[in-house]
Amino acid sequence: MNELFDLYQEIILDHNRRPRNFRPLEDHTCSADGYNPICGDSIKVFVKLEGENIEDISFQGEGCAISKASASLMTVDLKGKTLAEAQEEFKSFLAMLSEDEDFEVDFLEFGDLASLSGVRRFPARIKCATLAWHALEAALQGNEQTTTE
Amino acid sequence: MTQSSQTTAFDSQETSLDVVTLRARFPILAKRIRGNPFVYFDNAATTQKPQSVIDALNRYYTDQNANIHRGIHYLSEQATEIYEEARRRAARFINAPSERQVIFVRGTTEGINLIAQTFGRQKVNSGDEILISTLEHHSNIVPWQLLAEERGASIKVIPIDDRGVLDFDAYVKMLNDRTRIVALSHVSNAIGTVVPIAEMCKEAHRKGIPVVVDGAQSAPHMKVDMQALDCDFFVFSGHKMFGPTGIGIVYGKDKWLCDMPPYEGGGGMIQSVTFEKTTFLDYPGRFEAGTPNIAGAIVLATAMDFIESVGLDNIAAYENGLLDYATEIFSQIDGLRIIGTAPDKAAVLSFILNDVHPHDISTFLDQDGIAIRAGHHCAQPLMKRFGVTGTARASFSIYNTKEEIDLVAESLQKIVNFFKR
Repeated sequence: MNELFDLYQEIILDHNRRPRNFRPLEDHTCSADGYNPICGDSIKVFVKLEGENIEDISFQGEGCAISKASASLMTVDLKGKTLAEAQEEFKSFLAMLSEDEDFEVDFLEFGDLASLSGVRRFPARIKCATLAWHALEAALQGNEQTTTE
Repeated sequence: MTQSSQTTAFDSQETSLDVVTLRARFPILAKRIRGNPFVYFDNAATTQKPQSVIDALNRYYTDQNANIHRGIHYLSEQATEIYEEARRRAARFINAPSERQVIFVRGTTEGINLIAQTFGRQKVNSGDEILISTLEHHSNIVPWQLLAEERGASIKVIPIDDRGVLDFDAYVKMLNDRTRIVALSHVSNAIGTVVPIAEMCKEAHRKGIPVVVDGAQSAPHMKVDMQALDCDFFVFSGHKMFGPTGIGIVYGKDKWLCDMPPYEGGGGMIQSVTFEKTTFLDYPGRFEAGTPNIAGAIVLATAMDFIESVGLDNIAAYENGLLDYATEIFSQIDGLRIIGTAPDKAAVLSFILNDVHPHDISTFLDQDGIAIRAGHHCAQPLMKRFGVTGTARASFSIYNTKEEIDLVAESLQKIVNFFKR
């Protein structure tokens, strides 16, 4: 059960129950649907850019605790960051999820996103954790849809 | 109560099925998963294999392997004989009038595609209708959509009620002059509804419309009798009935098979070939281009032997007992809702939990060594009908027990408590 508690930490349960920035963004500059064909879950990410800055970011959709919490944590983390910073965050987030089990997650570096580090022990769930990030990437690239496949 | 009730969920009087002995024939069931006894409730996806099936596969490659229908040598003749014996075995299993009506394919998906691309292309033209039901697996939707698109035809869908029962009256009304094919699941893979195929065939035949049956989920659980059902085509997969993956069967009525064009071209399906013109073998050979899955067909026959040694009536009675018990026990869990409550169901229990996504359920159960399926079960339109994106699905087979159902219920209760925190 320990690994499970690692996966479903309080912070994840909280973001699952009360997802932050869980709303459509009326004046978004771009948006994209992230879709996981394996489970049928989809998460739509809205972004409002001001030049290079992520002025506002939100999401909507259906998903498991992991995908919802990850989307919620992502929006909290990226609001106010620049595009370049967001790209860096995504890269290091993916890196964290591909580390092996003994990897010590740097909580200072990752902040609340570190709570998702337990996902790396559950390979079948990594796509849940990255769904919103892939949707964000698609939105920023001007695509309206992306899938985890 | 008999003495066996101490160790098994069902005593022998109730079902004439000794689960302890039966489980011992499936080596994988002795496995421990993450330190727990292995509870396998994903049988609708694929069943585990008994030792006799594993041995038959081993025996084929150790002792019998050769290509069929062409070699003039001892092993080739032997392999041809056991391959053709497997066809006769399968014909008996489904009570087909003749073994020529049994075509070996890779599985249900390939079987339905074969029918759509050969028979379907002959029958369906612009403006025609293909009638399917809300219950269908994607593999009984997409091949017909591809055909309809190619032909300018349309797909019509028989509605279901809130229990997951097909609306029979609506079905009868939907059969019309433009209906060319009816394609139906015998048992819903996602929610377990048993569809009254014989009655539905009768109605379709009144109007001269052929019926294609997806039997992937019925063949493992109940006696399927081609002459009693009177369907025009019946398709099923070996791996869902204790056999190997990559082998399945298309049954068809003679009157259709004799006129159908080939599905794939190649070796093994021709009479003679010149660069100008090829003539084809009669059926079933016409539909088995290339070297078939010889081992698969032979081992599927062993799986059928296994099923009949247990007895399909025993299997159906035992599994219905499990389903009733699980329905009762799971219903007592807070916030659990069963999706699909048809009075006639087979071996599948689909459910959702308030506020806990099926994926999360599956991950938690997996930690306790329990395998279920979570998601849309390749039946997205059906999920939509019930207003969910997916469900958690427990599906049973003859080696499952009431004790396992209790373990899963306990585990589910833990999940409910956890997410309530």
